[in-house]
Amino acid sequence: MSVAGVGRPALLAGVLVAIAMWSLGTVHAREQQPSAESLDYASPLEVLISPDGTRLFVLCQGSEEIRVLDGASYAPIKKIAVGRVPRGISLSPDGARLFVANSWDDTLSVIDTKALEVVATWPVGAEPSSVVEDRAGKRLFVANRISSDVAVLDAATGTEEKRLLGGRGASYLALSPDGTRLYATHVYPNPSPYRTAPESEITVIDVGRAVVVDRIPLHGIAGVFHTAFSADGRLGVVAEYHPKNLVTLAHLEHGGAFEYTLMVFGADVGKTVEVPLDELERYASQPFGVAIAPDKSRIYVSSGGSEIVTVIDVPRLLRFIHAHPAPFVEDLAASANYVVTRIGVGMNPRGLALTGDGRRLFVANRLDDTISVIDTRNNEVTATVKLDGPKSVSPLRRGEQTFYTARYSFQGQIGCANCHIDSTFDGLQWNLEPDGFGRNTVDNKLIEGIKGTQPYKWTGTNPNIPTECGPRTEKYFWRSENYDDLTLADLTLYIRSIEPRPNRWKLPGYELTPAQERGKAIFERSVDKFQNPIPEANRCAFCHSGPKGTNQKLFDVGTKKALDNPGLFKSPPLTNIALTAPYLHDGSARTLEEIWTVYNTQDKHGRTNDLTKDELNDLVEYLRAR
Amino acid sequence: MKKHSNRAELLLAGMVILLGVAMAPAAASAEPRGTAAAQAPQMPVFRFENFTTANGLPNNHVFAVLVDGGRVWAGTEDGLALYENHVWKTYTTADGLAHRAVLSLALDKRTGDLWVGTMGGLSRVSGGRIDSYTQLNSGLSNDVVYGISVEGENVWIATAAGGCRLNLHSGEWSLYNERNTPMLEIWAYGVSATPTKVYYAIWGSGLLEYDQKTGRWDKYEDPDGENEMVLFKDQGLIHEIVTSVSYVDNIVWAATYFGASRYDGRYWHNFLTKDSGLPSNFINQVRGVDATRAWFSTDKGLAYYDGTNWAVYRPSLKDGKPEMTVRDAEGKVTAIAVTTAPAHNYVLGIDFDGDDIWVATAKGLSHGIRQHR
Repeated sequence: MSVAGVGRPALLAGVLVAIAMWSLGTVHAREQQPSAESLDYASPLEVLISPDGTRLFVLCQGSEEIRVLDGASYAPIKKIAVGRVPRGISLSPDGARLFVANSWDDTLSVIDTKALEVVATWPVGAEPSSVVEDRAGKRLFVANRISSDVAVLDAATGTEEKRLLGGRGASYLALSPDGTRLYATHVYPNPSPYRTAPESEITVIDVGRAVVVDRIPLHGIAGVFHTAFSADGRLGVVAEYHPKNLVTLAHLEHGGAFEYTLMVFGADVGKTVEVPLDELERYASQPFGVAIAPDKSRIYVSSGGSEIVTVIDVPRLLRFIHAHPAPFVEDLAASANYVVTRIGVGMNPRGLALTGDGRRLFVANRLDDTISVIDTRNNEVTATVKLDGPKSVSPLRRGEQTFYTARYSFQGQIGCANCHIDSTFDGLQWNLEPDGFGRNTVDNKLIEGIKGTQPYKWTGTNPNIPTECGPRTEKYFWRSENYDDLTLADLTLYIRSIEPRPNRWKLPGYELTPAQERGKAIFERSVDKFQNPIPEANRCAFCHSGPKGTNQKLFDVGTKKALDNPGLFKSPPLTNIALTAPYLHDGSARTLEEIWTVYNTQDKHGRTNDLTKDELNDLVEYLRAR
Repeated sequence: MKKHSNRAELLLAGMVILLGVAMAPAAASAEPRGTAAAQAPQMPVFRFENFTTANGLPNNHVFAVLVDGGRVWAGTEDGLALYENHVWKTYTTADGLAHRAVLSLALDKRTGDLWVGTMGGLSRVSGGRIDSYTQLNSGLSNDVVYGISVEGENVWIATAAGGCRLNLHSGEWSLYNERNTPMLEIWAYGVSATPTKVYYAIWGSGLLEYDQKTGRWDKYEDPDGENEMVLFKDQGLIHEIVTSVSYVDNIVWAATYFGASRYDGRYWHNFLTKDSGLPSNFINQVRGVDATRAWFSTDKGLAYYDGTNWAVYRPSLKDGKPEMTVRDAEGKVTAIAVTTAPAHNYVLGIDFDGDDIWVATAKGLSHGIRQHR
């Protein structure tokens, strides 16, 4: 697996020559093949330090390895191959085993930290993203992003005991310092009523009983990442996005797109308090990793889009919180009261790890294959460890860097990855300015596998990716400088390269289950149950034809709302459609079922009103396997 | 009642029964013979503490009760009530509950999640969060959810439009109805699922058995057919109108509106008021304790069968005073002096809390605290 989900078979050697041309509002970029060189980018996502400080373990998502470095000299010791697209690592309490969650092949790699070898590979749930062992060494907890749960495994055998309901897109786990509670966060918002603020949660698990005992609500939050605790367990912090998707995305200059915040909780604050990281012209876009100094003097937060680590003075933060009981999340002056500094690091900084004495902070810079070493006494980067990999930066790699950075937007507020978390989607609906304020609210779509599914945008007004991601994005989203032609070509190349993750509803060998087989027959039928012919344009398989499930044309499927300008919407691809609720152009259908049970009263979105409930379920089962 | 009665009639009858309103006292099925209580078989005695709207319940119509450690959940006509640390809290549609009228409850003992069947869909209560599934937003067969049983990663559901299974790992909904099972009527009232067998109680279509290993369905019917008279006792299911089923220790306990049945895989044994200690043949729920013991929730009181003897707990049908009777193997009925009784004769459900019991009735929830003599 290469960086950002480009499968090996798809990567053919080639030389990129990107040409972007303006023509009648349409931007053209030549179709390019990504360079094979990109196979070897390490893409460090997470970093850990062994309990004795002698080893650094670096999770390299791109090269699908754990890189082991010397804890003092940072010299490479060994590369350990793991599963596909690893996303999470943790050490057993005694440091003897390193666990790796492999998100694309749904396995857990168990590494003996003395032998530095994989000693077991266990199957787990759908898209495992992080793993934690309990203090007793009896159970493993694994957060599964697609199945939105936390699997409980026997730590000795890997046998799954049960799965606990997490938030949607459950991804990150943190054990409380006393080992009694496990805190799970999730990257997509939980379902909530249409056009209301997103709702997320911190799922609190009783480790001893392995049951969910609480869910700390995170109002207005969509996109929740790492959690950290102070050593005394009295202070917890969570990195999160606070999107402003209920207003038109036209006020970037007023901070109107995203806020980047920490949710602070625990005995030191008494309740959950949302704390802004941003300051005017100093946004902390895409916060991800967090760490708290052993003496609780500092909080460190990585921001993938802003390429910084924010340093927070904890006593000042607590004083500020106690002195300001009212919410101050909108106050861009607030962070000046507790942010000590913002340290520039590498590209797309993600995971953080502090040494036991708190003197050194390691930062995994995913998109330039480096580890920044920060001296926490003076908050300076004292070393940048370059991981083994290609000597040059390929156009594909540059495109991925462009996708994740926030540097192109006004004041560096947002990047593509804000709404396409880990190059997917965000589960939100946005109102965009060019369609008119308050008009044409649209659901954000998955961008995996979108190559060749033009036109883009629900209304089909963007004929290709360069147009979608070039002038339109620059003008209406970034409100800042244009990409230069080469940058846009690189970005286009990257977006075209994003392949769909494996579909978890497909059987091995792509055979269909009986229900999927029945659903396929319904999908492809040309007569209804009364033997009446179904007009071609009203058959599922007509609009959703081809391998990606779209004939790339616009249709009126009876879903136009009062504030929609046109009633014609492009038939969306069906790639991994099960993952991307809600549905329809505006996200009004909360589930696949609602597309037909609620929003197809006129039978314009396919002939479906003759179906029984069993048959509709079969159709849904087939769609989930697309 | 005919097997193929008019659906509207059946629905109306069921609603009236379910809502449990205006229940008129009826004649007692057995009269105490006045024998000294000390000579009667030792059957459990309870002191009942009753809960109504006067002391915290949101509604007196309690359709279901479930004990989860130190917590007691009550499904009422006006919300899901939780009794914890001597305080009642009520969850409503404002909290995400699918509908205010809660008909059935089931606990996933592995995860602690509570599954709630309502008149308007299925809800899952997990760590304080409530997610709801309806026939519009999910693959649920029907919004009227009469019964639920959790087995491993599967949630088995009995609805007004057949059976249904939700696989929690894949999210797949599988529907079971007249098109793919021997179910003639699709009014599924109860379900009891284990890793080997799943039983559905079908109102008007007998008992359905699903073999988890083979994936095959089988059906048990009343050998007397649609006749209300019992011509062939112990030769099969007592009646087609099955309201509840409980599968425990490889024994099927089935409740109908015309008696109860016990089936061990080879032999049937049926229970009627005329030849058992059942206070009524109209049974809303049966809960097997093991292969020999079971509790019966009837319209004329709560009954316990220990494999030989019977005990009945209720307010007297004559004067409403607390009453407990014990019937021995010879049919001798003894009145046991008690000072408390369940809140009402019309009993809809029971659950166990160690030696204690909790009883759902049409006029309140009762906590039966075991008295050790």
